[in-house]
Amino acid sequence: MAAAGEPFLRIENISKFFGPFQAVKDVSLNVAKGEIFSLLGGSGCGKTTLLRMLAGFEEPTSGKIFLDGRDMTGVAPWDRPVHMMFQSYALFPHMSVEKNIGYGLKHEKMSAQKKASRVREMLELVQLVPYATRKPHQISGGQRQRVALARALARQPKLLLLDEPLAALDKKLRERTQFELMSIQQRTGVTFIVVTHDQEEAMTLSDRIAVMDKGEVKQIGSPGEVYEFPNSKFVADFIGSITSFPATILERQTGQLRLSVPALGGEVMARDVPGLSEGQEATLAIRPEKLLISKDRPEGANAFQGTVKDLAYFGKDSLYRVILPSGVLVQAHAVNATRGGEAARVADWDDRVWISFAPSSAIVLAE
Amino acid sequence: MEGNRLSRWFDRKGWSDLLIGAPYVWLLLFFLLPFLIVVAMSLGTKTPTAPPISFGGDYPLFNFQGYVRAVTDTLYFRAFITSLVSAGIATLLCLLIGYPMALGLTRVSKSWRNILLMLVILPFWTSFLLRVYAWMGLMGRSSWFNAGITKIWNAIVPAGWAVDFMPMMHSNFAVVLVMVYTYLPFMILPLYASLERLDPTLDEAALDLGSRPWQVFLDVTLPQSIPGIVAGGMLVFIPAAGELVIPTLVGDASSPMIGRVISDQFSSARDWPMASAIAVVLLVLMVGPAMIYSHFQAKAEGSK
Ligand SMILES: Nc1ncnc2c1ncn2[C@@H]1O[C@H](COP(=O)(O)OP(=O)(O)OP(=O)(O)O)[C@@H](O)[C@H]1O
Ligand SMILES: [Mg+2]
Repeated sequence: MAAAGEPFLRIENISKFFGPFQAVKDVSLNVAKGEIFSLLGGSGCGKTTLLRMLAGFEEPTSGKIFLDGRDMTGVAPWDRPVHMMFQSYALFPHMSVEKNIGYGLKHEKMSAQKKASRVREMLELVQLVPYATRKPHQISGGQRQRVALARALARQPKLLLLDEPLAALDKKLRERTQFELMSIQQRTGVTFIVVTHDQEEAMTLSDRIAVMDKGEVKQIGSPGEVYEFPNSKFVADFIGSITSFPATILERQTGQLRLSVPALGGEVMARDVPGLSEGQEATLAIRPEKLLISKDRPEGANAFQGTVKDLAYFGKDSLYRVILPSGVLVQAHAVNATRGGEAARVADWDDRVWISFAPSSAIVLAE
Repeated sequence: MEGNRLSRWFDRKGWSDLLIGAPYVWLLLFFLLPFLIVVAMSLGTKTPTAPPISFGGDYPLFNFQGYVRAVTDTLYFRAFITSLVSAGIATLLCLLIGYPMALGLTRVSKSWRNILLMLVILPFWTSFLLRVYAWMGLMGRSSWFNAGITKIWNAIVPAGWAVDFMPMMHSNFAVVLVMVYTYLPFMILPLYASLERLDPTLDEAALDLGSRPWQVFLDVTLPQSIPGIVAGGMLVFIPAAGELVIPTLVGDASSPMIGRVISDQFSSARDWPMASAIAVVLLVLMVGPAMIYSHFQAKAEGSK
């Protein structure tokens, strides 16, 4: 059992080299019991490699993994209470759905009757009872995904690793399956580590997200934290869309920063970020939905005038591309709260408009 | 489907029948027709004429004597048994030796794989007969090979069992040994082909679910390679059971194998109906199980 205060899964300074190439760079993170934790990052950033080290298929070049207080170094994959749902599902083609699900139970000391009822329970969990005797090639992709999930859950692992569990499904099915996955996780209470390159999926599914880039973990936090308070340009860019400008810090006041942003043609007030000093070069970033657009000059700071260059009507909202006197283009969303179609929009092509944002909406990054 | 588009194209062009028919024409000309001739000959009667066979006239139109003797005469029965047992042992040994080799081939790097595959096929570049003669030399009582084996034998058995040389030549042991040597590539290649297609992540999935490597082999690798085992087994067993050259050169003349019996009946005994009848029985014995297997295989495929 884990000591009090010890996290359920502790990854400590893990690195992995393939020859001279470093696929995972000094990753440390903790996962709590019962959490859905996502590893989010672009292709080739080392997500699968990290997962394979947790499953025991790869030995870390350095660093340690502790699961429930136990050091996993040198523990073979078949001895780990960790099961994996493979990206390709890896169902055994010569076994029926129920044989696939029951495969791991082979190694459990329980009566045949109990095993059968456990398989049945799993079939019910993933709603595949009518397909129990079919072979994997006789069911649909979505059903295969559920067999893979049931197979990995059947032995009640302490930790379930899911490598891009939804990537092979089409968009509609993927959305539905996301919620199914969450409900199954809640019912079983198993700790999930989900690998994904889809930021929306990570935001929906996870309690916490680790954003990875080139083998490094850039930020760990709840979906809200990584979206609203990204700690680097990479994270800000990777999660959602964002507009960023070079800035210089002019002054630190109590709880506020005053920045000079040449691209916006003026000064900006923003919420203070620890670790910044006056005179430092920084980046000001802002999400499009935090930018307001209006015909008249709004109250308060952070308002800049520009000309509407382009607009797109999406029904529930419109996207404006506004060109500032400095020649910089910014994007702003405006919700179409009143009915009236194109005629009711805030501004038209070539209108002079004001772009503004609250100081608390501005993200200042020290890069 | 790609295949359908292709065949529609051939249909439009009007030569699909020809293309599909070609292998059948080949089989008809070079398998079915000769086989029917053999069946016909098996029903004839041996005569002191040239050719030494007659139908009708003074003799019965259909003479089943050949078949009756083929299944009742203990000489033929023993020859059948010797052949089937030798071929069976050779097939089993080829499987036991060839399986790890084929599995090994799938586990090495691509560049090594090509080199090793070349080595598997390399013996075919030398005449088969020459290679059998080489084995005759090796097994002969004065060879270094025989001397070496004799030394090992004398070292491990009690003194009373010591021998001057190993009586390897002219025995069923020699036949099986040379058969294994000769037919091993025919086992390795289909096995390799079926093992190479297997998805390695299935092995990882089984390891992940708690199986040790040997269990993964039994549960995942072996069942999926059964088509390769059957293909390799037939490629070895069928020619080995009818083998003529190997038993003639290195075998025990006092317990002939069926290939030798057929050959002797045709040439020295000049009993064509007898030889043909044995050939037909041999074919039925071997092709029968193969057809039953492929029938079930097709059924299994059909349910997919
Ligand atoms: N066995 C290996 N040998 C050498 N390099 C490897 C090996 N496995 C992975 N790599 C490299 O390590 C890096 C990380 O690979 P990994 O599979 O972990 O990426 P990923 O984040 O899962 O990407 P994707 O989203 O495309 O699946 C890649 O650059 C890959 O080429
Ligand atoms: Mg991956």
